[in-house]
Amino acid sequence: MYAYDEIDRTLVNERVSEFRDQVKRRLSGELTEDEFKILRLQNGVYLQLHAYMFRVAIPYGTLATDQLRALAHVARKYDRGYGHFTTRQNIQFNWIKLAELPDALEDLSKVGIHAMQTSGNNMRNVTSDQWAGVAPGEIEDPRIWSELIRQHTTLHPEFSFLPRKFKIAITASDHDRAAIKIHDIGLKLIKNEKGETGFEVLVGGGLGRTPFIGKTIKHFVHGRDILSYIEAILRVYNQYGRRDNIYKARIKILVHELGIEKFSREVEEEWRHIRNSSLQIDDEVIEDIRSRFTYPNYEKLPHMPDELRQAAADADFEVWRKNSVAPHKVQGYSIVTISLKPIGAPPGDATADQMDALADLADKYSFGEIRVGHEQNLALPHVAKRDLPALWKALDKLGLATPNVNLITDIIACPGLDYCSLANARSIPIAQELTRRFANHELANLIGRLHINISGCINACGHHHVGHIGILGVEKNGEEVYQITIGGRADESAALGNLIGPGVKFDEVADVIEDVVEAYLALRERPEELFIDTVKRLGVEPFKERVYATR
Amino acid sequence: MPLVNGGKIADDSFVKLAVDTPLPESGDVLVPAERFIAEADALLKRAGKVGVIWPNNRDIDELVPYLGKVATVALVFPTFRDGRAYSQARLLRERYNYRGDLRATGQILRDQFVFMLRAGFDSFEVKKQADAEAFMQTAKRYSVFYQPTGDGRITALHRRMQLRHSEGVGT
Repeated sequence: MYAYDEIDRTLVNERVSEFRDQVKRRLSGELTEDEFKILRLQNGVYLQLHAYMFRVAIPYGTLATDQLRALAHVARKYDRGYGHFTTRQNIQFNWIKLAELPDALEDLSKVGIHAMQTSGNNMRNVTSDQWAGVAPGEIEDPRIWSELIRQHTTLHPEFSFLPRKFKIAITASDHDRAAIKIHDIGLKLIKNEKGETGFEVLVGGGLGRTPFIGKTIKHFVHGRDILSYIEAILRVYNQYGRRDNIYKARIKILVHELGIEKFSREVEEEWRHIRNSSLQIDDEVIEDIRSRFTYPNYEKLPHMPDELRQAAADADFEVWRKNSVAPHKVQGYSIVTISLKPIGAPPGDATADQMDALADLADKYSFGEIRVGHEQNLALPHVAKRDLPALWKALDKLGLATPNVNLITDIIACPGLDYCSLANARSIPIAQELTRRFANHELANLIGRLHINISGCINACGHHHVGHIGILGVEKNGEEVYQITIGGRADESAALGNLIGPGVKFDEVADVIEDVVEAYLALRERPEELFIDTVKRLGVEPFKERVYATR
Repeated sequence: MPLVNGGKIADDSFVKLAVDTPLPESGDVLVPAERFIAEADALLKRAGKVGVIWPNNRDIDELVPYLGKVATVALVFPTFRDGRAYSQARLLRERYNYRGDLRATGQILRDQFVFMLRAGFDSFEVKKQADAEAFMQTAKRYSVFYQPTGDGRITALHRRMQLRHSEGVGT
């Protein structure tokens, strides 16, 4: 956990008071809605179809239990008793009243939570691996660097009015859980031959209307230079990124138009001037940040405790354990993923009561720490294996033990037309119907790892391009039509999916997905061959044939 | 549109010239970049100060040879969501060591004051009277700064280092 000091707390409080003034000026008419729009977006407030939506940052996906309780409190007091976890380690509240927003922010600020730069054309919440600090084989905890970058990007005097939003993600594992290749800047923490920490820097990834996989701009930037290198990229982007067309304003378009070689030369030239400035980070500063991350005092525990051996007789427990429990770097401990994808419910939602109860469980079983992942699930990062059976029972009672992590019903979806004023089509009802179709765990397990991502418009908040199966809702002649892609992925082998054919109507989507899955089951070489690997081996054609043969 | 200079609402001695307005014999003038570049010698010879209005899509390098001769550089925010001039301001101050007056023009609201001060601006053509009047109060809104810029305000990282060292003295 990172503990805010007095300096961080002061800044958050100053921001709350500034926002209170902005809301007051809007309510009195001193600010026009046009002016206020930019200001509220800087602080995570959108105007949706029915009400204001409020997006709160969970930097690099780490939450303390008092913070989760504060989120529950906001859901209960200012909203309708629930919150929605997003694909970028944020939580959204959908029914907030403008006049109450400053109070909600103030309540959150008491536990070091804020909404700075969760929307708007600025540097967004820095995201990272939800297993940071506990994943076996990780090079080092990427959150130290995430925090350093979080601070550097917060209320940046030069880069708060960029051509478009700007997202940074960091991973320190070979298996990329942070989707760094679909970010404006992706950072992969590596060591050089001298054993010094640095980053492979990727730039220009992003989804939306014109999706791109990020390209490596520099193979190694030393840790001490990472802020100046990021600053150089941002300075080139701020001056030369397009501002004439919002669909061409992301850095990915600039990188694409200039080409990565020319873009990197521009960055290099800028970096030359600022590399040896006060942006250089000395070891003492890094140590200071590191010292404010606390780690649990792990016990020396056996690899296979009696409690776990006994519980193995319970088939339901075993199903859950095999699905939702992952190895921890410390013997005797596990990482537990908590699915927020119960059958028939909107993906990523949690009620205030669930959040409170989960905070209690995290205090009891996970050293008071919760993580949030981009797949819209939560995790308890430090659970002793002997506690797994008791934890499972408690989660099950709360409706939080659906054993579908990474399976076909673990769907990523944006809020879609049910909430969002940008959407052209519904997302949540499609997800709900699909979870019902594949509700049988044995079937889902037989299918194996398969990510379905759904977006209700071309802006791609549901990351449909990088779903193993991607579903994009568009509007055609006043009707919702869904385009289906296969073969996308968001991990270290990130790729964009390919269309399997013409769009289909709302009512047909679930049938088509069933056909795609049946095709896969018939086409796979052996049960271990994952959907994504079958698509890679065979391409789109055999799937297309089967789906459209009878349509 | 009130001008804030030195933290207070002040009179603006500069007259803005269009590309084709006849040049007055004396008095302070603010001139668009293209006219300034074309007529620099004539402009700088006359009595009265000369300032230049530099658009946010024109390379600031072109202005560098004149930096010792102009009295003010006015950078432009066509709308407050267009932040290119923040980069131009920092380059003028931090790379080219420009020490003269740096003026923010365009759509300037109180919500940009702190960013602008940090980027090196020192005078502001503020859109609304109420914002101009609130300048001093707004400028002091923040006491914590995470990034180093040319304005010399101490960053959070360095303040922590100072605290660490001063705490270390007694132990």
